Amino acid sequence: MKGERLWTYVLRRLLVAVPLILLISLGVFALVNLAPGDPARALVGSRQATPETLAAIREKFHLDEPFLAQYLIWLKAVLTGDLGRSIQGNQLVTTMIWQRLPLTVYLGLYGSLVALGLGIPLGVLAAFRRGTEVDRAVVTLGVLGVSAPAFATGIFLLYVFGVMLNWFPTFGQGEGVVGRIWHLTLPAVALGVSVMGLVVKITRASMIEELLKDYVAFARARGLDRRRVTVAYVLRNALIPVVTAAGLIVVGLLTGAVLVEVTFGLPGLGSLLVNAVTQRDIPVIQGIVLILAIFVVILHVLIDVLYTLIDPRIRFGRVEA
Amino acid sequence: MKLEETAPAAAIPSPVAPGERGGVPVTVWIAMAFVVVAVACALFGPRIAPYRANEQDLLLGTVPPGGDHLAGTDLLGRDVLSRTIVGARTALVGPTIVAVGAFAIATVLGLLSGYIGGVIDSLVMRWVDFMFALPGPLIAIVIVGVAGGGFWTAVVVLVVLFTAPDTRIVRSAVLEQRPLPYIEAARTLGISRSRIMFIHILPNILPIVAAYVVLDFAFALVSLAGLSFLGLGVSPGTADWGRMLFENRTILFTTPLAALMPAAAIVITAGSINIIGDWIYQRMSR
Repeated sequence: MKGERLWTYVLRRLLVAVPLILLISLGVFALVNLAPGDPARALVGSRQATPETLAAIREKFHLDEPFLAQYLIWLKAVLTGDLGRSIQGNQLVTTMIWQRLPLTVYLGLYGSLVALGLGIPLGVLAAFRRGTEVDRAVVTLGVLGVSAPAFATGIFLLYVFGVMLNWFPTFGQGEGVVGRIWHLTLPAVALGVSVMGLVVKITRASMIEELLKDYVAFARARGLDRRRVTVAYVLRNALIPVVTAAGLIVVGLLTGAVLVEVTFGLPGLGSLLVNAVTQRDIPVIQGIVLILAIFVVILHVLIDVLYTLIDPRIRFGRVEA
Repeated sequence: MKLEETAPAAAIPSPVAPGERGGVPVTVWIAMAFVVVAVACALFGPRIAPYRANEQDLLLGTVPPGGDHLAGTDLLGRDVLSRTIVGARTALVGPTIVAVGAFAIATVLGLLSGYIGGVIDSLVMRWVDFMFALPGPLIAIVIVGVAGGGFWTAVVVLVVLFTAPDTRIVRSAVLEQRPLPYIEAARTLGISRSRIMFIHILPNILPIVAAYVVLDFAFALVSLAGLSFLGLGVSPGTADWGRMLFENRTILFTTPLAALMPAAAIVITAGSINIIGDWIYQRMSR
C-alpha cells in the first residue's frame, strides 16, 4: 500500500471513531439518570440532602433543562477539558484522574510484561510439544489462568508471598523506582496471570496452525536451521493474531487493574472508580469511564492500523481487511 | 473479572492434537468430579453444611481453623466452611441464567441476522460492533454500581453484555449452514423461513452453541464473583464466594482460610467448567 493510501485508511477509521465516541459520551452522561430516584439526589451522593442543597444542585447541573440541552452543556464543558468536580471533597475530576493515572499505567505495563513474557513462550512451547504432557500441562495452566480472576490470584499471592513467606510488602505503592517495582510485583503478577491464559491460548493455536503450513516444511526440507525457521518465519506470522487480540488483552488488563488495585489497596484509577461507584460520585464516574472508553476506542483504531502494517498481505491489498 | 465478550479465550478454539482424540482425558474427569461436588452443594448446601450459613456468633468472633469450626469463622463468628458450601448456590444459579439467557437472545438474533440478512443483519452487526468497542467489564461495574447493585441487576447487565459476542458466534454458525444442500432443499419445498430457521438450522447449530454456553457459564461465574468482590453484586450478608472475599480479605492475616476458601472455590469451579467446555468444544469441532 502506498503511504497515501495508508493515511486515508487511518483517517477513515478515525472518522468512524468520532460518532462512536459521541455515542459513548451520551451514554456516560445518561448515567446520572440511571441512578434510582431523583438525579439531583443522586448528585448529592451520600451526603445529607436538604431542600436548599437539592435546589443548588439542580441549578448547578441544569437539571431543569431538557435532557439533550443538559447533555450539550456537559459536552461543551468536557470538550474544553472540564470534567466537573467530585461530589465528595469538591476536587476537580481531571486533577483526581491525573494523580491516580501513573500508578495504573505502571501496573498495566508491568502486568502486560508478565502476561506476554510468560504467555508467549509458554504458548510456543506447547505448540512445539503438541500432544505431549508438557502441552497438556500448559493448556491446563492456561485454562486455570482464564478461570482465576485477578482478585482471587491476588489473595493467594498476598497470603503466600506477603504473609507466609514475607518476601513482598502487602500494601502501599513504594518510594522511588526500585521501591515501586518492589511494591507492584505481586499486583502485577496477579494482573498478568489473569490475562496470560488468553495469550497462551492464542499463541499456541496460531503457532500450531502456522507450523503445519507448507512453507515451514519447505524451509526445513531445504535444510534451514530449525531455530531460524521458528524465529524468523513462524513466530513472526504466528504473533499476528496476538496483535489482533491486543484489544481484548488491554480490556482484560483494565478490568484486572480495577480488581487488583482494590485487592492490594493501591491508589490507582481503578480503585478511584470503585470508590466513586460505591459513593455514587457521578462526575468522577463519568470522567473515568469517558476517558477509559475513548482510550479503548482509539486503541482499536491503532490495532487495526498496526495490523495492516505488519501483515503485508493486507498492506498490498490482496486480502480484504 | 473479565466481564466482557464471551470468555475471550473461548473465542479461540484450540486445535485438537492427535493425542487428544479417543476417550475422556483425566483432567476432564477430575473437572467433572468438582462440578458434581459444586452442584451437590448448590442443591443440598444447607443440609450438608455443619452450621447454618448466616448463624452469627458475635461473642465467639473470629476463630482460626480447627475444633468445632473446620475452616474457622469470620468477623461475625459465622462458620466459613458452611458459608462456602451454601455459597455454591448463588455461584451456580447466576451464571446459569446469564449463559442460557444470553444465548437464548443471541440465538434468535443470530438466526435472523445470519439467515435473513439484509437490514436486520446490518443493524444487529452494527450493534455487536458497538458492544465490542466498549470496555464491557468496566461498563458492567459502573452500570451495576450506579443502578444500586444487587444480584438481579448484575445478572441482567451481564446478559446484555454477553449477548453481543454470543450473537456473533451464532451468526457465523448459521452462515456456515446456509449454503448447505438441505437448506436449499427446504427452500425448494417452499418451507417458511421461520420454520427453516428454527426447525432445520437450529438443531444443527445447537451442539456448538452448547459448548459456548458452558464456556460462557464459567466466564459469568468469574464476572459475578468479581462484582460481588467489589461489593456490587449480591446483597450484603448473602453467603456468596465473591462477597465472602470482599468481607474477609481484611482478616487475611489472622484467619486466611476465610478469604482463601471462597477464592479457591471460585477458581476450582470456574476452572473445571472451562476444562469441560474446552473439551466439548473440541469434540464438537472435529
